[in-house]
Amino acid sequence: MDKLLQLLSTNSGFTTDEIAAMIGEPEDYIKAQIKEYENKGIIKGYQAVVNHDELDDGDVEALIELKVTPKKETGFDEMAECCMAFEEVESVYLMAGAYDFALIVRGETMQDIAMFVAKKLSTIDGVLSTATHFIMRRYKDRGMNLIDFSDRTDGRNLIL
Amino acid sequence: MIDYDKYLNDSIKTVKPSGIRKFFDIANEMDDVISLSIGEPDFQTPWHIRDEGIKSLEKGKTWYSPNRGFMELRQEIANYYERRFGITYDAKEQTLVTVGGSEAIDLAFRTLVQKGDEVIIPEPSFVCYEPLAVMAGGTPVIIKTKNEDNFRLKAKDLESVITPKSKLLVLPFPNNPTGAIMEKEDLEEIADVVIKHDLLVLSDEIYSELTYGGKSHVSIASLDKMYERTIVINGFSKSYAMTGWRLGYALGPAPFISQMTKLHQFGIMSAPTTAQYAAVEALKNGDRDVCKMRDEYDMRRRFVVDRFNEMGLSCFEPLGAFYVFPCIKSTGLTSEEFCTRLIMDKHIAVVPGTAFGECGEGFVRVSYSYSLKHLKIALERIKDFLEELNNGN
Repeated sequence: MDKLLQLLSTNSGFTTDEIAAMIGEPEDYIKAQIKEYENKGIIKGYQAVVNHDELDDGDVEALIELKVTPKKETGFDEMAECCMAFEEVESVYLMAGAYDFALIVRGETMQDIAMFVAKKLSTIDGVLSTATHFIMRRYKDRGMNLIDFSDRTDGRNLIL
Repeated sequence: MIDYDKYLNDSIKTVKPSGIRKFFDIANEMDDVISLSIGEPDFQTPWHIRDEGIKSLEKGKTWYSPNRGFMELRQEIANYYERRFGITYDAKEQTLVTVGGSEAIDLAFRTLVQKGDEVIIPEPSFVCYEPLAVMAGGTPVIIKTKNEDNFRLKAKDLESVITPKSKLLVLPFPNNPTGAIMEKEDLEEIADVVIKHDLLVLSDEIYSELTYGGKSHVSIASLDKMYERTIVINGFSKSYAMTGWRLGYALGPAPFISQMTKLHQFGIMSAPTTAQYAAVEALKNGDRDVCKMRDEYDMRRRFVVDRFNEMGLSCFEPLGAFYVFPCIKSTGLTSEEFCTRLIMDKHIAVVPGTAFGECGEGFVRVSYSYSLKHLKIALERIKDFLEELNNGN
């Protein structure tokens, strides 16, 4: 990943003028580069990392393991497409290892998610089993610390 | 009541307390200060390096190391100087592991300097040289480096302060607080003067891994006829983010290093054992960490320099260390006034240039050893501060 993508993926709050200074290239070049990444689909979008634990909106999130039978022609893609279509589903990942898909699912209550799994997910043709893990607390999300251990943020002392 | 003063050594009484310290005391009183004043990496020591320290403790390696340091570490230090700077040192005879670079500086002064000897110190520079030279019995002679020379040391300026008593030149580059570096051509001019007047050099290279703009650090010891008259000081604090481990070293002619070893042996015994195990790992497998940190510093450096110039505080491009040294003369304030008002009005702490020598007047030291996010907030406040100054508030 080049420096520009690194900067944008860790903190998209900088202006193009600031990024230009950091990278040492003209602002026009940076703007063109970002456009290009957007056009090519390398940059898919910009989102705020929301700390739902602070928001107190009662949102619940769960990681769901899914074991499935792949289809003859389309492999895992058809199943992925099915899962992606649910608005409750935030992320869909094909996994190597003990299960096939990992889904991040969001709902208003644990009951919502339980019903979603029971009624919508596990009934999809080809789903062999599911395992639901509720997320209890988020410490770090997409590279950002959501919990500040304030005594550890800058432990440096003023010396000399 | 005992008159404690009469018991004190005369030299220690002439040593002024650090100018950085005085300013930090103000900052310490406030609880919401955004600091740009700290002179150590914000990174933590890379995990694999910490891990080797931990492993050594788990294995019960808690004894003194040999006085000069573990042979394995000294060999790695010698390998490192060969690999990075093309200078060959004999690990056994020419290396000494110390408690930080500062101890090595103190040892070198006390080993080489005696009463009446003049120690030439370019300023602005780190605060320890002058007091340590005084305590060694020497007479500090200050050379002012200038903004128009990008704060590099110039041969003509060196030549102008030389007397029959001149003995040792301190070469603190890459420089704290200016961020200046010395390139090979600059060093060659200096070397001519040093050789001509039979001086010795103490080359403090603690920031040697932090150079930017495609300029690699050059050690004066790599120049012809300089190897035999140079003591190199370096350490692990800045390059590997290992400040708290307290580990540095000195490299140089065997007759000097062996005398320094005596002092070290009696005063310190040996450098911390755990830190030495970690340092071996740093030298063997730490190159990637150094590159990563350097890249990150570089991004911050460009950003900060750009912002200061945009705000109208002219700032020469520092090519080393992690400081920028903007000129604040346009505000009409002295360095100390500027810093005091900035901290009072905006709760931003930077260090007055005068803390690093009188010729730092008109400048402030800004450390960019902080996250980009932190720097952005701080710089926005400095911008507000300048606008308010201009509007006569």
